Amino acid sequence: MVSRFVHSGYLTLLLCGVYCLAVGTWVPGFFTLENAHNVLLALLPLLVVATGQTVVLMTAGIDLSVTSIIAITSVIGAQLITSDGGPLAENWLATPIAAIAMLCLGVGLGLANGICVAVLKMPAFIATLTSMMFLSGLAIWWTQSEQIYNLPRSFLSIGNQLGSVLLITILLTGSVHFLINRTLFGMRLRAVGHNPLAARTSGVPVSKTIVWAYVLSGFTAALASVLITGQLETGSPVQWENNLLDIVGATVIGGTSLYGGRGSVIWTASGVLLLSLIDSSLNLLSLSHFTIMMIKGAVILLAALLDTLRYRVNEGNH
Amino acid sequence: MQTNSLLELSQISKGFFGIPVLEQVTLSVAPGQSLGLVGENGAGKSTLMNILGGNIQPDSGSMNWTGSAYRPHWPRDAEAAGIAFIHQELNLFPNLNVAENIFLADFPCRGFWIRRLEMFRRTKELLGQVGLAVSPQTPVVNLTAGEKQLVEIAKALHRQPKLLILDEPTTSLSEREIVHLFKVLRALQQQGMAMIYISHVLQHVQQLCSTVAVLRDGSIVGHGPVEHFSPGQLVALMVGRELEQHFPRIEHQPTDRLLLRAEALSQPGVIENVSLAVHEHEVIGIAGLMGSGRTEMARILFGLDSCSSGRVSVYRAGEMIEITKLPVSKRVQVGMALLTESRRDDGLCMSASIDENLGVVAGARFTVRGVLNKSLLRSSINRTREAVRLTPTASGRQAVRTLSGGNQQKVVLAKWLLNEPRILILDEPTRGIDVGAKFEIYRLIDELACKGAGIIIISSEIEELIGTCDRIIVMRKGEITNSFDRSHFDREAILNAALHSIEQVPA
Repeated sequence: MVSRFVHSGYLTLLLCGVYCLAVGTWVPGFFTLENAHNVLLALLPLLVVATGQTVVLMTAGIDLSVTSIIAITSVIGAQLITSDGGPLAENWLATPIAAIAMLCLGVGLGLANGICVAVLKMPAFIATLTSMMFLSGLAIWWTQSEQIYNLPRSFLSIGNQLGSVLLITILLTGSVHFLINRTLFGMRLRAVGHNPLAARTSGVPVSKTIVWAYVLSGFTAALASVLITGQLETGSPVQWENNLLDIVGATVIGGTSLYGGRGSVIWTASGVLLLSLIDSSLNLLSLSHFTIMMIKGAVILLAALLDTLRYRVNEGNH
Repeated sequence: MQTNSLLELSQISKGFFGIPVLEQVTLSVAPGQSLGLVGENGAGKSTLMNILGGNIQPDSGSMNWTGSAYRPHWPRDAEAAGIAFIHQELNLFPNLNVAENIFLADFPCRGFWIRRLEMFRRTKELLGQVGLAVSPQTPVVNLTAGEKQLVEIAKALHRQPKLLILDEPTTSLSEREIVHLFKVLRALQQQGMAMIYISHVLQHVQQLCSTVAVLRDGSIVGHGPVEHFSPGQLVALMVGRELEQHFPRIEHQPTDRLLLRAEALSQPGVIENVSLAVHEHEVIGIAGLMGSGRTEMARILFGLDSCSSGRVSVYRAGEMIEITKLPVSKRVQVGMALLTESRRDDGLCMSASIDENLGVVAGARFTVRGVLNKSLLRSSINRTREAVRLTPTASGRQAVRTLSGGNQQKVVLAKWLLNEPRILILDEPTRGIDVGAKFEIYRLIDELACKGAGIIIISSEIEELIGTCDRIIVMRKGEITNSFDRSHFDREAILNAALHSIEQVPA
């Protein structure tokens, strides 16, 4: 029974409920409409990136470059449309063009990551770590470390209105959920994550499957960047720099395995929710940034430990 | 009760999650005696050995070792007592050399320094005992499967055990290596070493052991001197019913229509000028030693490895089309299938579910613009599960890892059958599976050939090829050397062709 429960992906969702009840009663301002609004607005972009990360983790890979993709797409999108001399300023198509440009850039960077991992056979960790460093440096050098303000109202409204953010997130997570569970791609994704040799022998185009996973991750990072840039009304080269661990951590907390083969968007959503609830309650208690980091780090460590235990049980104590 | 036994097990029982795996097992081994332990997969052999080795504890019953109570809690208890295990899967480190592997647990040291010369001297002695003429400094990765097996035995001998337990030691060995292994084991027996020899190959047990015990469904159903049992009786005891024959009657009839043609395939150092034709309704056997290029040829035919010259073509929609340059995924689409030598490595996703494994090859047939038709897939999966007689008790969501070897092999076959292949290459399709499952796989092969498939079977068991094939091709050193038609099948001649110049050690 216990092992059944530990294996279930809904453990995290239950933990969310328990946490709300336990913490909400004594943390001031936890159960307020304003807090719920804030938690949701912060949580949704995180869920968008984590959804892409889930797909990559299912191939037994990892994408560490997502925050840098968010930063570089943020500054490039913002530079296009800022009224401080952007080439598309005052153009009535500025918002859609900028958004599409950001998404295309994300897809291109994801493609580059995917080619490094699947075709050049680099370890995912090192391939995406180096692209994180490169892109992050590039974003700061390109902007001379300047923030970009004065973005058109129509662009901001994509990211700072709960309704539109919610709609975009639901559309994205719904499609990826469908992709993982009801399509040939999802089936192949699992096989590649479990055993790439067996997948290849079974006629699965292994490299292509992996490349698509990174492309999807790049796309979700860029989409999150559109939302975040709007929410913060700023294009910044250090956008979300400190959120990398939250993205990978929330995915693992949900129950997606770092060892590949197991994963679900619903689990990831619960992981994101739990991490955001913890974040918000600690902030309401006005603990210091460092204390919050320590506590979140411990929670993610526990989740990774649980994942390792699950994996060992599954593989028969290897 | 005998007082002179080396090892005595009395009334050992063990269950997992309420399911009995061993029931009241009583066995004894006298000093210097060799006991053959046979039984189908899942009969409880491994559990019994794990109890002896201290990996798991029995629920009830007791054990005696050299006259006193024996209750191992850890593998090192068994080691200290003088029981050594040679497992089916070798536990050597390929990156270390022979001497380092043997001495891994207890390097001879002087203070901080390893006494390398002492280590090499002792390793040479041990290698001499197992008749292996390699330097102690050879990296294990450079050894053949048979040589590795001998290193395992040398490693066990280093501990000077009183009882050697061998679990399927011949699975990955060639005929010649088996002959040598048996010579070594016989020499050890003459020096007074007691053995428990676990195997599916009844001939081997009969050659090597003085007594035999048959385990079925966790109980000992036969025990006595080996002369008292004929192979037929042993099989009957193991499966609990008389098998009239080991092979089903061949119903299929080869035709002249070509399905697969390989012309002058070469890859330096691997295969040389291999040409081959497979026809509709035809089963072709490939015999040869390990390293003769048989598995490599299969991988090249299937596109997993490349070849430097030659052509492969298959029959498709009325004409032969060349597929030499096509990747595996495309070859699967034109109706090829490969059951690999090792289920665990590249046959199955062991921790994934049965259904996930079954769907992965044929998934594309059940999709419309990439979207799976789950109900259609499910009904096909159920039909195929029945066709291969996969154990009906296993749920589709159960991990493949939890199945027995025979059922795992059926999952591999079933995942290919869902794709309705025209050309099947089966590399050691019955390795490590029990007699009942073997028979069912032979039956399936014949059934597929009846329906028009062309099949290539690679096997180390010549009887198996003789019992199932229309033609047997012999490979040696990467080349095809002989070909025998069904009417000219002769075990001796095939074996000689495979061994050829290699000296034959009398068995």
